[in-house]
Amino acid sequence: MKSISLMSLFVRELKTAWSGGGGAALPVGFFTGAATLTPLALGPAAELLRAAGPGILFIALALASLLPMERLFQADLEDGTLEVVASSGASLTGVALAKTLAHWMASGLPLAFIAPVLWIMLLGPVNALGVVLLISLFGGAAFFFIGSIGAALTAGVRRGGLLIALVALPLYAPATIFGASALYAAAEGRDASQAMALCAACALAAIALGPFAAGAALKTALD
Amino acid sequence: MESALIVRNLTVSRGYRTLFSQISFEAMRGCVLELRGANGAGKSSLLRVLAGLTRPDHGEVVMLDGEGGDAPFHLLGHRDGVKPQETVEEQVRFWVRFYGEDFAVIRHVLEQVNLWKRRDVPGRGLSAGQRRRLALARLLIAYRPIWLLDEPFASLDKDGQALVKDLVKSHCDKGGTVIAAMHGEGFDNALTFEIVPPQKKNVMDAPDVLDACL
Repeated sequence: MKSISLMSLFVRELKTAWSGGGGAALPVGFFTGAATLTPLALGPAAELLRAAGPGILFIALALASLLPMERLFQADLEDGTLEVVASSGASLTGVALAKTLAHWMASGLPLAFIAPVLWIMLLGPVNALGVVLLISLFGGAAFFFIGSIGAALTAGVRRGGLLIALVALPLYAPATIFGASALYAAAEGRDASQAMALCAACALAAIALGPFAAGAALKTALD
Repeated sequence: MESALIVRNLTVSRGYRTLFSQISFEAMRGCVLELRGANGAGKSSLLRVLAGLTRPDHGEVVMLDGEGGDAPFHLLGHRDGVKPQETVEEQVRFWVRFYGEDFAVIRHVLEQVNLWKRRDVPGRGLSAGQRRRLALARLLIAYRPIWLLDEPFASLDKDGQALVKDLVKSHCDKGGTVIAAMHGEGFDNALTFEIVPPQKKNVMDAPDVLDACL
């Protein structure tokens, strides 16, 4: 008997994310839109934009990461794919890891890559672009994997988007604190490496623990 | 005859309601076992317990074909697991990759369920019966000795029902076991297990209470 492969789930998720109905473009659009509206709302004063820009950029990243979470597991639970996958002997932790990783690659990576562009738009210093990219990568990974716990807990709930926000947003606090302070340090020309390392630690913890919590929640959702 | 699956003293409840209690049966190799009972009797729940998705309150399920880490059965639930945005062929390709089989089986499998000509149609363009056929195709990709089928005839036309009967017969001829929750017409030479609800404790049945009502 050949053994089942979770790689298939990862590949399928990545494929459908950018083809019809996957919705990977939605968080990217939200992120761009939120950051574009900021200068229009705050006015053209450069001082104000420099002061508020980094924080707003990181908040927009956090909220954009929440957007794809509602459908992360819900579609598979509704159409019966998840019960087949789970009963085939696949570990639900592995399922959660494969799907979340695919979604992070489909929309989390594009989010990180447009963050430096938006950073310039908010009058951030150009020499900090690398730092901005790295922090957005770490912060996005933390947000996606923490969000996957909320997504799994509310997979069986119709219109569970608000619940996901309620479950996940408090857990977003550490990554937000360290990520935003690293962005401010980079904006002011200070050393950002400490806050950045702590933000990366948040991401690693989320990647290590999130799939276990999400897997356990999916098991309950199937029961 | 050899047993493939043994159920001992199984009790399952959903919420506060006990669906059935202390049921025991065996499924034999090469045989079809039909689970019958009224709507809501717990046929689907029993299948989900057999598939390991729902934990029973008491009792155990023993699968004698279990080898390796993968489950020794296929589950065909009442939901088909069809993605609206993927074409028929892509969906089969996904399951082939999932089960770790060779892509060469795709054509054979789709021809068996009569969907090869519709392989470029996305899931949203399929009728209910065609979605059911696509779900059946999944059973044929990788061999698993036990098939757990929840109303396999649902939404299928005459040809589709004949197809299911053929697939089930050839599975049994290979020594496989089929456990199917059924309504109406069943399979040939099938054993039947009837799920009866546990004794209801209905107060209105007590004569003295009835007298009081009158």
